[in-house]
This record gives sequence, C-alpha cells and structure tokens, in this order.
Amino acid sequence: MERLLEIKNLRTSFFTHVGEVQAVRGVSFHLDKGEAIGIVGESGSGKSITMMSVMRLLADNGKIVEGEILFEGRDLAKLPENEMQKVRGNEIGMIFQDPMTSLNPVLTVGDQLMEPLIKHKKMSKEEAFNRAVHMLELVGIPSPKSRMSQYPHEFSGGMRQRVMIAMALACEPKLLIADEPTTALDVTIQAQILELMKDLKQKINTSIILITHDLGVVADLCSRINVMYGGLIAETGTTRDIFYNPKHPYTWGLLNSVPNPKNLVKERLKPIDGQPPDLLKPPAGCPFAPRCQYAMRICMTQRPPLFEIGEGHKAACWLNHKDAPKVEAPIRRGDL
Amino acid sequence: MINYIIKRLVTSVITLFVVLTATFFLMHALPGGPFDNEKPLPPKIKANLEAKYGLNKPLYEQYVMYLKNLSRGDLGPTLKYEGRTVNEMIAYSFPASAKLGAVSIIFSLILGIYLGVVAALNQGKWQDRLVMVIATLGVTVPSFVIATLLMYVFSVKLRLLPSSGFAGPKYMILPALALSGYSLSFIARLTRSSLLDVIRQDYIRTAKAKGLSRNVVIYKHALRNALIPVVTYLGPLVAGVLTGSFVIEKIFAIPGLGREFVTSIGNRDFMLIMGTTIFYSTLLVVCNLIVDLLYAVIDPRIKLEA
Ligand SMILES: Nc1ncnc2c1ncn2[C@@H]1O[C@H](COP(=O)(O)OP(=O)(O)O)[C@@H](O)[C@H]1O
Ligand code: SF4
Ligand SMILES: [Mg+2]
Repeated sequence: MERLLEIKNLRTSFFTHVGEVQAVRGVSFHLDKGEAIGIVGESGSGKSITMMSVMRLLADNGKIVEGEILFEGRDLAKLPENEMQKVRGNEIGMIFQDPMTSLNPVLTVGDQLMEPLIKHKKMSKEEAFNRAVHMLELVGIPSPKSRMSQYPHEFSGGMRQRVMIAMALACEPKLLIADEPTTALDVTIQAQILELMKDLKQKINTSIILITHDLGVVADLCSRINVMYGGLIAETGTTRDIFYNPKHPYTWGLLNSVPNPKNLVKERLKPIDGQPPDLLKPPAGCPFAPRCQYAMRICMTQRPPLFEIGEGHKAACWLNHKDAPKVEAPIRRGDL
Repeated sequence: MINYIIKRLVTSVITLFVVLTATFFLMHALPGGPFDNEKPLPPKIKANLEAKYGLNKPLYEQYVMYLKNLSRGDLGPTLKYEGRTVNEMIAYSFPASAKLGAVSIIFSLILGIYLGVVAALNQGKWQDRLVMVIATLGVTVPSFVIATLLMYVFSVKLRLLPSSGFAGPKYMILPALALSGYSLSFIARLTRSSLLDVIRQDYIRTAKAKGLSRNVVIYKHALRNALIPVVTYLGPLVAGVLTGSFVIEKIFAIPGLGREFVTSIGNRDFMLIMGTTIFYSTLLVVCNLIVDLLYAVIDPRIKLEA
C-alpha cells in the first residue's frame, strides 16, 4: 500500500507565560492511502494538537518544535503558509467536535460550501453551486437546493455535522481528519454520522483519521488505532490488537470504560482514576505511572520505549519487557 | 417584516405624540416668554404681539391649535424671526447640520472600525496600545474640549484649517472630528474587543481549515460577525451625533439647525422649539427603525417579529 501520511517524532509545544506546555512529545505514526485509523485517548492527551500540527493551525503561541510530517513525501512542517493554504481544505479536509459552533452564523450554508470549491478548484459560481448541491445530497440532506440559501441556525446539530462533512469533502481531499465528530451529538445521531463517514469513505475513497476519546466509536470504521496518553503514543496496533490483545494498562482502562451496548443493565462507565500528567513538567518516566496499579520502580525514572508485540503492534509499557512480571489484562471479555 | 415595520411606525407616532405634548407643556412652564427682552417692550406692544401669535389664549387652546396645524404639516411661524416660518427655518438650516452629521457618522464608522481592526490584529503591539490610548482619551474627554483643542492646534497654531463658518469641505473637518471623537473611540474599542472574541470562535478555525487566505478569513468571516455589536451601537451613535451637534455647531459657528435649536430655547421661541424638537425626534425614530432593520440584515438569526 502507498503511504499517504507519515509523522516522525513530532513534538509540539505552546509557549505560555508560565512555561513551555509540551502538548505533543514525540509522536510517530503513519497512514496508508484509503486507510482509516483512529487516535484514541482521554481529553488533554494531545490528539487534537497532533492533528492541528498536521494542518499547521496551531495557536500563535504554538510551535512544531521537532519532527517531520510527510504528506505524500512533502514535509508539511516546513511548508510556507501560502503553500499550506493549498493543502488545507483541498488535499486535507477537517471536521470538528461541535457542529453548532463550527459554521459561520452570518453566511449561508451554500456560500460556505462553495468557498473551498471556488478557491481550490477554480470553479465558477454556477459549477460550485451544483457541486455543493451534489455534496449535500451525498451526505443525506433532503431538498439540498433549497437548503443552500439557508443559514446554519436553520439546521439541526446532526444536519450541521453533515454540512461540515460535505464541506470538508467537497474538494475530494486525500485525507479527512475528523476530530471528535460525534462527541457533541445524541447517541442515535452519532451512529448515523459514523455510518455516513463509513459510506463516504467507500464512495469518495478518502483516507480518514478519526480522533475520539471513546474506543467504542472507532471499532467499526478504523483498521488501526493509536492510543495516546500524555502527548505520547501509549499503544498502536490493528483494531483487533487493541481490542483483543491490548498490552498497555491505559488501553485496558479505556476498554473498561467503553459502554456496552449489548448489556441490558445500564452499566456505569468506569473512568480511570486520577489526573493526566502536567505537560508543563512532564514526568521523566512513564506518564501513566501515577495512575497505574502495575507501576514498578523503573516506571518512575525511565520512559518505556515502544515494545514490539507483533507485526505493527507496539506498546509503551515496561510490562512488555522480557524480565517484567506477567500480568493478565483485566478486561471483561465477551462484551466486545 | 412588513407587519413589523407597520407596528414600529404606529409606536413611533405614539412616542412622538408623547414627546411633543411633554415638550409643549414643559416649555410653557418655563419662566419668561419670547417677548421678554433685556430692554422690555412697552406692555401694549407686547400684548399685541402675544395676541397676534395666540399666546394670550388658554394653554389647552394653544395646544389644540398647534396640533391642528401640525396635522397639516405646518409648524407655524417663528416668534423671533419676523416673517419666517419654522418650516422655512428648518429647510434653511438643516442641510448644514445634515452634512456635518453625515460626515461625523462616516468618520466614526470608517475610522473607528479601521482603528479597531488594526488594534485587534496587532494585539499587544504598539499599534494596539496607540489605538487604545487614543480611544480612551476619545471617550473620556468631552467634545467641547476636543473642539477647543483641535481649534487651537489646527487653526490658531498651524493655521491649516478654519475655526468657524461653513463655506466648504475644509470647514467641516474640525467640527466633524470633534463631533465624532466619542463615537469614533467607542466604535474602535467595540470593534477591537468584538473582533478579538470572534477570531477565537470555532467557525474561524473552520474557515482556516478550508484553506482560505488570512484576508478572507478576517474580512469575510470574522469582521462581519464582529460588526454585529457595532450595528447595535448605530442607534445611540446617531442620537449622540444629533445632540452633540448642538454644542459643536455653536462652538464652530456653523449655521445649522442644532445652533438654532439652542438659540431658540434661550429666546423662548416656543414655535421654533416645538418645531425643531418634533423634527429631531422624528429623525431619531426613523434612524432607529432603519438601524433595527439593518441589524436583521447583518445577523440572519434575528427575526423581526411584530
Ligand atoms: N493554545 C494553547 N496553549 C497552551 N496549551 C495548550 C493550548 N492548546 C492546547 N494546549 C494543551 O495541549 C494539551 C493537549 O491538548 P489537545 O491536543 O487539545 O488534547 P485532546 O487530546 O483532548 O485533543 C492539553 O494539555 C492542552 O491544555
Ligand atoms: S510502564 Fe509502568 S507505569 Fe507505565 S503503564 Fe506500564 S506498568 Fe504502568
Ligand atoms: Mg481534542
């Protein structure tokens, strides 16, 4: 398979008056053409900042400190801003968490949909209009033509997220980054949006990076998963690896907090106890150590490398060292 | 929309009626009358004059008379300018005021928004600080002080611009600046804070993620939203410029309606006071209606409901 994106040792920091916030501390992963992968982790683990680094849309005080972001071989980390503008919305589309606030309230939906087409594809107003109508149809918005002249407040949350998807895919980007696209939506709408993304992935043949804090969301769409914690990759592998052979205590915690749809008795989610690390002064050892019930002495002082578990399956946990005590993953089996 | 406008017009007429009634009776409650000069008129002549203008009649009769004439669009004769009607006075002196007002409003909007945008886009840098200093002075220093300062610097010291009269565009610059000082500063601050708030919104991130250039992001996506609060300020802006012009016209000796209005009060020219009050109130009410309609145009979420 052909490589689309390869991130090598990405480090991104924010320089604030209290010091350097090391949001991403050396992340590497790749994505092939036509593939969909997930990035999973609790809030604050650096998922969004990793992808905002790819888009080069960091806040003014944010900076890519180190690393390469190879997109079809080009290093986006070093691309000048005007070149980057040709990538955004054209080769890489992005959608965000809150569809209620992600569309401009004073511009019509049609106008907002046509913008990237006119800018990147040099379409005439009429061509862009027709293409935009087609996109709305594709994302399942009824009577798309009359919807073009409406404003975002005339759409429901689910419909707005469909508009966002239509907008992000209008120029047929090679990559779609979806940052928690369903988090702000009702459960039934969530399922519809995920279904739509799966459907469009076939139709448009885009690669997808799906960011979520909920492992339950990625299983269906993604072939591989990166679990992030404290600005680092904790575990990476195929969806099968992560669900059936997880090798990191943090992944175990995430799996145990997935709501189980088959369970009739409403089970309370079990969030992992404790706080994520302070990225102003990240710990020298394993960032998960203060919350990890298996933590050993080495975990406090030395950062665990990514141990190779199998082909493409790696976990940054000392438990995978050949001399470490053997621990059984405490996962409730059979649910998943 | 049409229903809304009709409803607003009806309430406007009621408002105007209340204003004119209150003005009428308050004005007559003031001590003194139009013919009480420093050099008192002989009682006979004074009585004749009062009879001529119906001022000797009971107040309610005068009131009814006034309303009758008003319903025909007749604002009556002036009491101090022999042989001239109030309608003529307004027609004669309003154009100067209108020009001055229009120029001040344009100054306020263009300069105010421009300075606000410059400040916001350079947040924390010297441009921002400079704008904020000017804007803070502008809202705290009263217009007559600004007027005097401008006159001193540009007319007396530099001899660049005339300090009084109204004989061409260059006569307008100083009074318009003095008149717009407050609103210009207010708009600059409003635009700055509003734009700073808007550029942090999610939809601006979306616009950037579409690959739009910085200019399109700022001037199409951000500024339009940032200007919504500025539009809400247009009503007070117009009111401020109208009332501000009373003082400024007096200081710069501009033969405008504002100056006439101030003079008419001192003169107890009852007819001219009433006429200008009604005229200014109507203008204000109409401007406010236009502003509210404009508000709905710029912000599609606003529904004009009757
Ligand atoms: N503009 C900023 N200034 C300082 N710190 C920031 C900024 N943006 C994000 N961060 C920090 O970066 C870390 C990672 O954030 P993010 O990638 O958004 O997490 P998530 O995994 O929830 O998407 C967080 O600790 C956050 O506080
Ligand atoms: S390295 Fe140590 S502290 Fe970190 S997850 Fe593994 S066992 Fe826990
Ligand atoms: Mg996030």
